[in-house]
Amino acid sequence: MSVGDYIRNSQIWKSVFRHPAPTDRRNRVVVMLTNFFLHLHPVSIKQQGIALSYTWCMGGITFFLFLVETITGVLLMFYYRPTLEWAFYDIQALRDVQTLGIMREIHRWAAHAMVITVWLHMYRVFLTGSYKPPREFNWVIGVLLLVLTLLLSFTGYLLPWDQLAIWAITVGSNMAKATPGLGTEGPGFQLFNTSGYELITNASDAKFLLLGGRFVGEATLNRFYILHCVAIPLVVSGLIAIHFWRVRKDGGISQPL
Amino acid sequence: MLNSHPDLTPSVLIGLGWFYLLVFLMNLLWTVRSYKHEGEFKNGVPKASIWAVYSSILMMLSFYHFTYPVEGFLVSMPSGFKDVFDAWFSNPVLFFFLSIAGLVFMIQAREWWIKPTVSWVLLNLSLIFMGLSLTDYDFRQIVGKPDNVPIVAMLFIVAFFTWIYFTRAVDNDRRITQGRPLFEQENNDKVLVWPDLVYTELICMVVLTAVLIFWGIALKAPLEEPGSSVKTPNPSKAPWYFLGLQEMLVYFDPWLAGVVLPSIILGGLMAVPYIDFNKLGNGYYTFKQRSFAVTTFLFGFLPLWVALIVLGTFLRGPNWNFFGIYEYWDVHKVEAANNVNLSEFFWNGLGLGIPKGSTVSQILLRESPGILLTLGYFALLPPILGLTVLRKYFVRMGVMRFLVFSNLILWMAILPIKMLLRWAFALKYIVGIPEYFFNI
Repeated sequence: MSVGDYIRNSQIWKSVFRHPAPTDRRNRVVVMLTNFFLHLHPVSIKQQGIALSYTWCMGGITFFLFLVETITGVLLMFYYRPTLEWAFYDIQALRDVQTLGIMREIHRWAAHAMVITVWLHMYRVFLTGSYKPPREFNWVIGVLLLVLTLLLSFTGYLLPWDQLAIWAITVGSNMAKATPGLGTEGPGFQLFNTSGYELITNASDAKFLLLGGRFVGEATLNRFYILHCVAIPLVVSGLIAIHFWRVRKDGGISQPL
Repeated sequence: MLNSHPDLTPSVLIGLGWFYLLVFLMNLLWTVRSYKHEGEFKNGVPKASIWAVYSSILMMLSFYHFTYPVEGFLVSMPSGFKDVFDAWFSNPVLFFFLSIAGLVFMIQAREWWIKPTVSWVLLNLSLIFMGLSLTDYDFRQIVGKPDNVPIVAMLFIVAFFTWIYFTRAVDNDRRITQGRPLFEQENNDKVLVWPDLVYTELICMVVLTAVLIFWGIALKAPLEEPGSSVKTPNPSKAPWYFLGLQEMLVYFDPWLAGVVLPSIILGGLMAVPYIDFNKLGNGYYTFKQRSFAVTTFLFGFLPLWVALIVLGTFLRGPNWNFFGIYEYWDVHKVEAANNVNLSEFFWNGLGLGIPKGSTVSQILLRESPGILLTLGYFALLPPILGLTVLRKYFVRMGVMRFLVFSNLILWMAILPIKMLLRWAFALKYIVGIPEYFFNI
């Protein structure tokens, strides 16, 4: 008996993989049903539905980039301290001295790539009419995921705490100040400020909510850090699960009816 | 030895050498393909010979750059072209019109430009344009910024996928006219996901990992000086994917450009499946069967989103002025901006003078022309359109659906409309009530 056979017949191996290697038709079916990571897929699929020139693979790539972001992001969190004192210098150290500092490069480039692949995924889904019934609601979830992808990228933009970061966030968050009704430089906030009592001030408006202060400062850094590393990824993970589940439930990958 | 191109460091020239080498290799493959498939001219010379000559020029160009030609002959964009380009073609008006014209051309001439040879020539032209322009210092400054490299890549990627779309759509449209089955319906047996899909996914992941690692080594992520709330950079730009929205700030106040319009874009996107009543074109590429939907989407994505990002990233410099791609970002460039409100046009045009006063009714009187115009646009146009031009849609969609649809279209149109009004009449606000931050 070869070493390979010995391992494959051991109790440990069999407890992990509950059936022989997927080399024949039966086991290729079984593997899709018993493997946690593969069970997202159907067992069989239309040939044209998985042709690259049809799907462009952009949804899958987006998901893969999300995983890359999660892994590199967790590694970066071991180094990075979200304080005014350290944020910039930790990133600088990642660039100049830390052994796996390239994680930051990969994290940033994968983030840019993810924004682009989300757009391209959406482009493909539109151009093949795949949002049409019965997939309408999954398109809506997809739009939410698009927003969250942009927000993930936007909140991450601040963390290096360099000039590029704080001014991009300043430009972006100045928009919040103009929210109708809820910002001190937007129309309609006076409606809340009747009879001498001011409800919407620059210490209570939408921009303040976003930044945790009147301007981009330490509270903003903390807020964006939590949003970027915990809050938004949690929501995104949930929505991704629903998005994938609905792809299956709404009839699998789209095909001519 | 005096360097006649002080900004063309050895690394730039070597980089150009690699660039041309890549273009050469692409065209070498193309020459082989052409030799196999494209036959001969009348005199018996293979058509591939043109590509062979072109490829060998590229090869020589590549090797020439590797020799680091310090002095003398340098293959670059002619300075006459650069001057003309910066002087005549570099303004937001022309940029916007050209992007619209490009879209119209793309749709109208789709059967022509998707032909392999034509699209290959177009690709080569854009690559050569890039290569020649990269010898320009100011062009390199803006295109070579690490954060901007993905945007340049995105342009080529979006163009590529648009080409794929039109290729498959034109093919399917022909099949539909001829009564043949769709491309997606041919050879469409069921296959097992293991191995047919999981291996594609695996290879895709391996390639992407390699690309990301290579990209991470080749290009350092930007890190500027430590953040300081005192030193304002000029220009201050939002992250690149929001630059289309930042560009809207030129034409609208923040409450519209930064809050209302983005919300409407997202709401409109979510509404798409519930508005589009067309049952055709579900799950396959086609243009003819859903020309209106596709044209609208392409208009929103290409000229109004991608092109505005390009404009915001590459062409907006200090003080948010517009700069040509070969132009130095001069902080002191001055552009006159004397924009006038609609109310001033109206009351001065009537010879009455602008109504004064700051009570609500006085303000409403002053701005009444703009307010009526805006109300009319959003309230009267939908029913008028529904009874005339868009009657067909109104009948099939029903009242609610049609009102949502027509309002979304009207919202989408306000950006181009405001742009045109600004460029043609220097119009500042249609409704200008700065007292209440309500400017449209």
